Amino acid sequence: MSDVMIKLENVTYKYESNENEGVVALNGINLSINKGEFVVILGHNGSGKSTLAKLINALIVPTSGKVYVNGMDTQDEENIWHIRRTAGMVFQNPDNQLVATIVEEDVAFGPENLGIHPKEIRKRVNEALTAVEMEEYKDYAPHLLSGGQKQRIAIAGVLAMKPECIILDEPTAMLDPSGRKEVINTIKKLNREENKTIVHITHYMDEAVEADRVIVMEKGNIILEGTPKTVFSQVEKVKQIGLDVPQVTELAYMLRKEGIDIPQNILTIEELVSAL
Amino acid sequence: MIIKVEGLTHIYNPNSPFETKALDNVNLEIAKGEFVGLIGHTGSGKSTLIQHLNGLIKPTSGKVIIDGVDISAEGANLKDIRQKVGLVFQYPEHQLFEETIYKDVAFGPINLGLSEEEVDKRVKEAIELVGLNYDKIKNRSPFELSGGQKRRVAIAGVLAMEPEVLILDEPTAGLDPKGRDEILKQIKKLHQDFNMTIILVSHSMEDIARLVDKIIVMHKGRVSIVGKPKDVFKKADELEELGLGVPQVTYFMRELKKRGKKVRDDIITVEDAKEEILRLLRGNGNA
Amino acid sequence: MLKNITIGQYFPGNTVIHKLDPRIKIIITLLFIISLFIIDNFLPYLFVSIFIFTSIFISKVPFKFILKGLKPLFFIILITFIINVFMTKGEILFEIGPLDVTKEGLKLATFMALRLIFLIIGTSLLTLTTSPISLTDGIERLLNPFKRIGVPAHELAMMMTIALRFIPTLLEETDKIMKAQMARGADFESGNVLKRAKSLVPLLVPLFISAFRRADELALAMEARCYRGGENRTRMKQLILSRRDYIALGISILLLGLIIVDRLL
Repeated sequence: MSDVMIKLENVTYKYESNENEGVVALNGINLSINKGEFVVILGHNGSGKSTLAKLINALIVPTSGKVYVNGMDTQDEENIWHIRRTAGMVFQNPDNQLVATIVEEDVAFGPENLGIHPKEIRKRVNEALTAVEMEEYKDYAPHLLSGGQKQRIAIAGVLAMKPECIILDEPTAMLDPSGRKEVINTIKKLNREENKTIVHITHYMDEAVEADRVIVMEKGNIILEGTPKTVFSQVEKVKQIGLDVPQVTELAYMLRKEGIDIPQNILTIEELVSAL
Repeated sequence: MIIKVEGLTHIYNPNSPFETKALDNVNLEIAKGEFVGLIGHTGSGKSTLIQHLNGLIKPTSGKVIIDGVDISAEGANLKDIRQKVGLVFQYPEHQLFEETIYKDVAFGPINLGLSEEEVDKRVKEAIELVGLNYDKIKNRSPFELSGGQKRRVAIAGVLAMEPEVLILDEPTAGLDPKGRDEILKQIKKLHQDFNMTIILVSHSMEDIARLVDKIIVMHKGRVSIVGKPKDVFKKADELEELGLGVPQVTYFMRELKKRGKKVRDDIITVEDAKEEILRLLRGNGNA
Repeated sequence: MLKNITIGQYFPGNTVIHKLDPRIKIIITLLFIISLFIIDNFLPYLFVSIFIFTSIFISKVPFKFILKGLKPLFFIILITFIINVFMTKGEILFEIGPLDVTKEGLKLATFMALRLIFLIIGTSLLTLTTSPISLTDGIERLLNPFKRIGVPAHELAMMMTIALRFIPTLLEETDKIMKAQMARGADFESGNVLKRAKSLVPLLVPLFISAFRRADELALAMEARCYRGGENRTRMKQLILSRRDYIALGISILLLGLIIVDRLL
């Protein structure tokens, strides 16, 4: 068993659109994500980050190049179901990914599709709901839950398939701050306590601060990659492509420009306070 | 005062098991040309309140007075009010329906019964106000545009009614930072260049801090704090109890002050923070 | 708020009737309907009445909920009654203007009206005591044996589930779009039929677009969760017949079966 969870080798993806033919969504991407890693992918709408997520889940296959999930080639039809249960996926709109009219039935949907024994499904559903701290809501109708709660149910639905890796495609984009916090805390907990590999796609930079690695995408290319500190210390480059940096990082950057002696890689309030 | 709300209470589904008091004796005033930020936790009554301001919802009790007219009174002319108070809902691009951008933006003005030339003029102005190229896009389908552009077209649809008050419910929700900055820039411009009264509902304290003149904080159907951003964001603890927060730089300055540095505690933007720290460092030699 | 409305007309409860296996309830309801249609004199109606009113009593569903189901169909029942009274030939009892009222007509009309009323009461009781989701489950499992002859049991049930899941979402959305268009001066209430129909365009177009977008995203999400139709699929909740199900079925067959057998002999 190798330590690599996801591997992209020179992956290009083109799609046909109404106006211009052959839009390049991903342009020769090379990427390797290790087991247990917490990776955040930042980028604009249209930077290719969602395409990347769909490629990993074998919902689409690359135009050229190879995508491997836990060593399985996504282009091999036989692997598809194994890949999808290995790398589960959570989508942006909480309303459009819940299937059943009752929370626990929705969480059971994945394992039911895998043909798992009813007793085992029941066990997994209970565990998954506990993991996302939604066990009290098991008999609720999804439409009565808040956005953050719905997303946690969606995460539980993926967990019940016992994946090693979870890909989240902008799961917080449609949530309010408290919903965002709920989802982020859940993701962090799953990474820390259950050692799930996390690929979290977002355009909120504050969600990237605690990641192991940040990948910034722009126009189908990876343009920055590294620890949050190394990425956000390049304030100018990040702002130039129109992404945010934390306010304290920006403040530190402005102070440095004024000739104040503070380190370049400030990310948190605490760091800046001590630096001053 | 262009908007005056007096003792406004709204109860959903009265006398049923689902009865909920969404607004509870709300009183507030908004002056002409003011830029107001409306903040509050989800379910605090913000959206119920803004829907009262253009007569989409009727008060259970209390009054809503727009420009001297009591719009909650029997027989109030709702068309007039909806022209005067433009309301942009969340994800407004989901309401686009016409074949061309021109027609979609013209929907409001046509409903107002304006002449063809007037409609024409307003559509052109509105599209340009949101920073889009009229000649280039007027005949295109709104559904071909990118998410941020669609949203701007939808906002143009409300602007074309030439409202005096513009209410925007989370106009940047779901947009990436670039799209967000573009929309906020346009809104700021409407305020500065046309002295439009603007009410911005937002969850982003950073955006609120750098844009508005006044903040109204809602909690459990009541107005709990009203004031200038500098004053409201001083109450970080109180805001946190309501499930809200303050901009990160404000937290930072607070922390600095706690450690004994003599800094102001009403800093809410990065620029002000920079000035204040430079003053501190240069004034005291190097601390 | 629209999101508080209940789907279907399920009246939650914890009675024996509520707890019965949905398959059994569907079968009993079918038996009930069949017996209604073959009854040809008043005595069996007494049995049927005892049967249905006892069931309602046990289920603790307030009678006014049952009546609520009858209300919208009142006119249909009335018209059926009138047509049958006047259009049946036979022994004339009396005349109203040019129309004859016959003994057979009166009997037939009463039968038809009773049949309809009981039919509605019976099916209402089913939907009032069975949640939509277990109803769907029941239908799927009852239809399962017919898969071999091409009945798409799983697909039908999946469609019903998704419809039930999205009804509240779409209702909420309708409300929102309506308000947004009203804020742009749209008027959904005044004018003649044609004008009103036209005024619905700004509501329906966005609603359809949104429904299609949702369908698209849901399909992708289902695929990502390894959905590939009903083949090899298991279910978390197994429907297992318990003793009370057999007892209920037994009683029903005894009562209703007797009527059916009586009529057939």
